[in-house]
Amino acid sequence: MKQAADREPPSAACSMLAIKKKGRVVITAILDIVIAGLIMGGIFALIAVGLNLQYGVARVLNLAHGEFIMLGAFGAYLLYVLFGISPLISLVICAPFMFLIAFGIHRLLFQHLRMSSKSIAAFEGSSLLVAFGLSFVLQNAAALAFGSTTKAYSYLTQSVTLAGAMFAANRLVALLFSVAFCLIIYLFLAHTRIGKAIRATAQALDTAQLVGVNVYMVLGISFGLGAVLAGLAGALISMTLSISAYMGLQYIIIALIVIVLGGLGNIIGSLIGGFILGIVGSAVMYFNPGLTMASYYILFLIILLVRPTGILGR
Amino acid sequence: MNGINAITSKRYFVPLVLLAVLILLAAMPQYAPPYIVILFISIFMYVILSMSWAAFCGPTNYISLATAAFFGIGVYTSAILQELSLPVIIVIGGLLSLLLGLLVGLIALRLRGMYFIIFTFGLSELFRHVMIYYEINITGTAGRWLTFLDPVIVFYYMLGILLATLLVTYFLKRSKYGLALQSIGESEEASAHIGINVNMVKIFAFAITCFFMGAAGVVMATRWSYIDPRLAFNPFLSFYPVVMALFGGIGRFYGPVLGAVIITILSDMVLAKFPLYNILLLGLIFIVVIIFLPHGLVGLIRGGDKEAPPPLGGIKLGGGKGFETVRKRLKLRKG
Repeated sequence: MKQAADREPPSAACSMLAIKKKGRVVITAILDIVIAGLIMGGIFALIAVGLNLQYGVARVLNLAHGEFIMLGAFGAYLLYVLFGISPLISLVICAPFMFLIAFGIHRLLFQHLRMSSKSIAAFEGSSLLVAFGLSFVLQNAAALAFGSTTKAYSYLTQSVTLAGAMFAANRLVALLFSVAFCLIIYLFLAHTRIGKAIRATAQALDTAQLVGVNVYMVLGISFGLGAVLAGLAGALISMTLSISAYMGLQYIIIALIVIVLGGLGNIIGSLIGGFILGIVGSAVMYFNPGLTMASYYILFLIILLVRPTGILGR
Repeated sequence: MNGINAITSKRYFVPLVLLAVLILLAAMPQYAPPYIVILFISIFMYVILSMSWAAFCGPTNYISLATAAFFGIGVYTSAILQELSLPVIIVIGGLLSLLLGLLVGLIALRLRGMYFIIFTFGLSELFRHVMIYYEINITGTAGRWLTFLDPVIVFYYMLGILLATLLVTYFLKRSKYGLALQSIGESEEASAHIGINVNMVKIFAFAITCFFMGAAGVVMATRWSYIDPRLAFNPFLSFYPVVMALFGGIGRFYGPVLGAVIITILSDMVLAKFPLYNILLLGLIFIVVIIFLPHGLVGLIRGGDKEAPPPLGGIKLGGGKGFETVRKRLKLRKG
């Protein structure tokens, strides 16, 4: 379309028309980029908020987060393909399972490690490596259980026109749900009793313990909640994109970049960072899809060098 | 009698045993079946990777997950320059890897703790994506074929690189720079105060270890004979050396060697019997080692050595927490 506008004959009226047309093309392109970016960004934010909850409270930089996303995605996929359950309903079914799995993993692996580590810094290092090992275990187990091929199903694929740009309905649904989940988790942390206990534990574990918070329970719960968000994100991803047992790696990298962008441990920062990364990604994708991942990484590099505490960091 | 005592005393015993092992290894293609020779090529590769990983990351507590990136650089150098003779490519691949290590060191070693780990974790992914982009859009290929080399030749090249790695890491550890690295690992601020040029030592030590990763990549590419970005920058290649070094124990020089040899043989046996469960098993070993064996096998062997702080104790976060690293024996305490 752009080239067509360039090739207009050089008469005055026509060139006016061409400029108008070109302007409209540019505006549509920008809208395209922004809306597609918001849609991707919603999922990114949801993933990053989950990871940040795990790191900010339980101090586990969970490199297996991508594998929890994959588990959620396969949960939704299997429920849809085997029983015809809508992915939006399987969100509700998957969440408690993800919570139990993650809570159990925290109890089994990280709690012991936390107790035996002398300092929090030592715990962060070794828990990261345990999570790294866990990611390979989960990935391999999933490849054995579900096969290593790429899978997809179609759900809500009719197109919706939004401000002149066309999108599949499932993407908009995914955006709405991910924003809703982020808000819910924010309100949960801000206003409920458990939420307050979680924040207290994140700020000062020993003091929280002194005022009667069962801190290991709280650490487990926040690790579990992080995994629930990952699972929900996975289910939403499975509606819009193809999934495989090896999908975790790309999402964990995105999540890491987003939480560094927003500030380690800062949940609102992750929310904003997710949308920023989504828009940057969709802008690069518009011009050259092959370089999307590289652009994320360059953004990450700039943030690390210029402001390593992130945009909202202290 | 005196002579025998002198031979069995530790001073001569260790070098003599090492010499004997070296002779046995060097003569291996003469007496061992080809299968064993090929197995030993991968053992050499993992020993090189885990030794060079541990040489920097062990003393300094900077955990690098970018081994695959430097290895992959070597692999691609080998594929692109395959007309040259192998020793030349090894040097070029190693130097490219070293240069990249310098660059990464300049950027990344200012980051601490988590940020450094995240940075290196993403680095090999970045390389993979850039390489895939390069292959598809610029050369229009998916992967590359290399001329296949006789495993025996590959064996000798790998043995040579292995020896070089062992010698360099050994003398690095024994030199004043090794001591400086150790000191940086214990407290970076204090090291700077006693006059160590912290950034310089870190960057150069890191780059030197990268050289061997790259060199190993060059030779292994000729062994594989087909490469693509997914093989060359495989995240497992970042994961394995860490598992092996920690399994063996990074408190002692021979720890990573022990870990690499045992895990490679174990993983080969599992691969032969249950090919699908290989990574699952490695992951489980890794988790168990980190949680229950923080000193690795070396810690088991030297049971009395519990006074030494466990490795990885000093992951440093921004904000002056580096001084937390001087720690005593690991004790379970109830929360």
